[in-house]
Amino acid sequence: MNAGAAPLKRDDSEPGSSMRRRLAGFVATLRGAGFAIGHAETADAARVIASPAADRPHGLCIALRALFCSRQTELARFDELFAAFWRGRGVRQAMRIAVDGGRTKAPRRFEAGPGAANSPAGLPERSLAEGPEDGASDGRGRRGGASAHDALSAKDLRRLDGAQEMAAAIALAERLARRMRARLTRRERVRARGRRIDLRATIRRNIGHGGEPFDLAFRRRKSKPLRLVVLLDASGSMELYTGFFVRFMHAVALSFKQSEAFLFHTRLAHVSSALRERDPTRALDRLALMAQGIGGGTKIGESLATFDRWHARRAIHSRTCVIILSDGYDTGEPALLDSSMRALRKRCRRIVWLNPLIGWEGYAPSARGMQAALPHVDLFAAAHNIDSLAALEPYLARI
Amino acid sequence: MIPRSAIASQLAEAGYVADRDLSTALWMMDHLSRPLLIEGEAGVGKTEVAKALAKVHDCELIRMQCYEGLDANSALYEWNYQRQLLAIKAREGSGASVSEVEAQIFSEDYLLERPLLAAIRREKSPVLLVDEVDRADEEFEAFLLELLSDFQVTIPEFGTIAARSIPRVVLTSNGTRELSDALRRRCLYHYLDFPDVDREAAIILMRLPAIDASLALQVARVVGLLRKEDLRKIPGIAETLDWAATLAGLGVEDLRAAPELVFETLIALLKTREDRARVTIEVAERILGKVA
Repeated sequence: MNAGAAPLKRDDSEPGSSMRRRLAGFVATLRGAGFAIGHAETADAARVIASPAADRPHGLCIALRALFCSRQTELARFDELFAAFWRGRGVRQAMRIAVDGGRTKAPRRFEAGPGAANSPAGLPERSLAEGPEDGASDGRGRRGGASAHDALSAKDLRRLDGAQEMAAAIALAERLARRMRARLTRRERVRARGRRIDLRATIRRNIGHGGEPFDLAFRRRKSKPLRLVVLLDASGSMELYTGFFVRFMHAVALSFKQSEAFLFHTRLAHVSSALRERDPTRALDRLALMAQGIGGGTKIGESLATFDRWHARRAIHSRTCVIILSDGYDTGEPALLDSSMRALRKRCRRIVWLNPLIGWEGYAPSARGMQAALPHVDLFAAAHNIDSLAALEPYLARI
Repeated sequence: MIPRSAIASQLAEAGYVADRDLSTALWMMDHLSRPLLIEGEAGVGKTEVAKALAKVHDCELIRMQCYEGLDANSALYEWNYQRQLLAIKAREGSGASVSEVEAQIFSEDYLLERPLLAAIRREKSPVLLVDEVDRADEEFEAFLLELLSDFQVTIPEFGTIAARSIPRVVLTSNGTRELSDALRRRCLYHYLDFPDVDREAAIILMRLPAIDASLALQVARVVGLLRKEDLRKIPGIAETLDWAATLAGLGVEDLRAAPELVFETLIALLKTREDRARVTIEVAERILGKVA
């Protein structure tokens, strides 16, 4: 870096050591709450604290917010965390206090808010989430070999016995999601050559031949990677399946860089950020917090309308497949479901509706909600076992 | 460096009405030499921030509009191939050696500056506006990140070009794609919201000095209420200014006195057929009723 011409000089004044420790405590709290903060940011925060911006608490809050936040949803949470950490005992006093006090704040409490203790209906219970943590059961599942897997992958998810089988099924689903990723992207490499000649690149390439165009460069359309947007119905009627589908969604979110995940019931919750968490237990914890306030009933139409209005523009591009995982039991107006499905249809390449009930004997999509949605759906398929999820892959590969 | 307290007033002189959060963020850009990432709905004046910043520092504004498929050639530098070829042809008979010709054609004369290279080669720090960075591909984002941390460019045939000055970098995003965490972490962040009524009225008065102050306030109130309606395309500040100018041009002094004129000129604010149908004359009158 050319220091001479740099517009500013480095600030030499440094905050005191107790202040630095206090700042470290604050950064640790923020990180616990899901903020991505590196060392460079912490060092810059120390410079901000030493600057005139820190003369007044509110000024410091604004300044640190610009530094530490990196998306809109973090802004409001930052204010809360800042107030709790620094203002709990007044900033001036806090500057004198050592770091010990700061650590007592458990970061999760801020996210949770009141009433976080009870897990919302339809979301997986803790015990389920802990299944794969149990290394032994996971290992045994693998030793079972292919035949055991085959039997398992055809078994209805409702009938899985105990944590062990569940864990094995989840492992299968995760592997499926990874394999899907590998296959769906490999297609791009074996593209034919382009149709149009890129003149500029051709001249560039042939400078070595004195400008005679021997070696032609082509321009070809770069194909976008397939993006999956998963909308999962987390209502009471889906309860038996949600736990499994959440894990499937988690695996999809981890293996597809471009994917978005939403949960809905009476309202819609954007849960992609929770699912980016690698550790499944923590991911599910965060998910449960984000999806709080689940009431009775399912308002599919309203949730889809919310999605269309607030998220679709960002979440959907031209090569996007929207996957709706729901049994279609809608307590809202079928007309609204019809119109929001119609709007969604205009936006995305394909709509896949996966309904776990299709696997049941004698099921017919007669629910009013399902009737309203069906005309807009490209693929209406079963999702009651792992085989049915795997059948989705060849379909997605053609999109 | 401009003191923190002076930034807001200098921005105002440059024609931009900033709130406290934004002026703090702009001050921190200088204090910490970090880029500023501004997000917000279309039409809240993200690009204007960079323009105003360039005016405040009295420096050049270099704008790079991002689009899908933007690559290093159109963002950073490119050789002027046509000129190079001409030079080679012209020297064919002169008996110049290969290395001489090479040194000639890979010199600065034949280098085409693109925005990113231009931004680090100015004597005086310019403001570099990377507009709508979410439209560019992810690969480009990584490339940009590298440049923003090193401020130097390596050109294989030519060598490394170090920055003469560090540009002030403003990135804007409309949120059509999720930006990478690395880029977000590198930048300061500001979310630009639609202005509140007072600020919007101040903006109208600043941009249209001839307008009556009470009309400006009424216009700001109507637009503020209209944004709360369930519209497909929420009117931005540019639309507000268009509308205010229209009303002033028609000689309207009090919106409540001319509800029909207000309704007819709403096309300056409502840009889709659905929105136009949604805001009926009754809705317009209801909104006007609230503007006391």
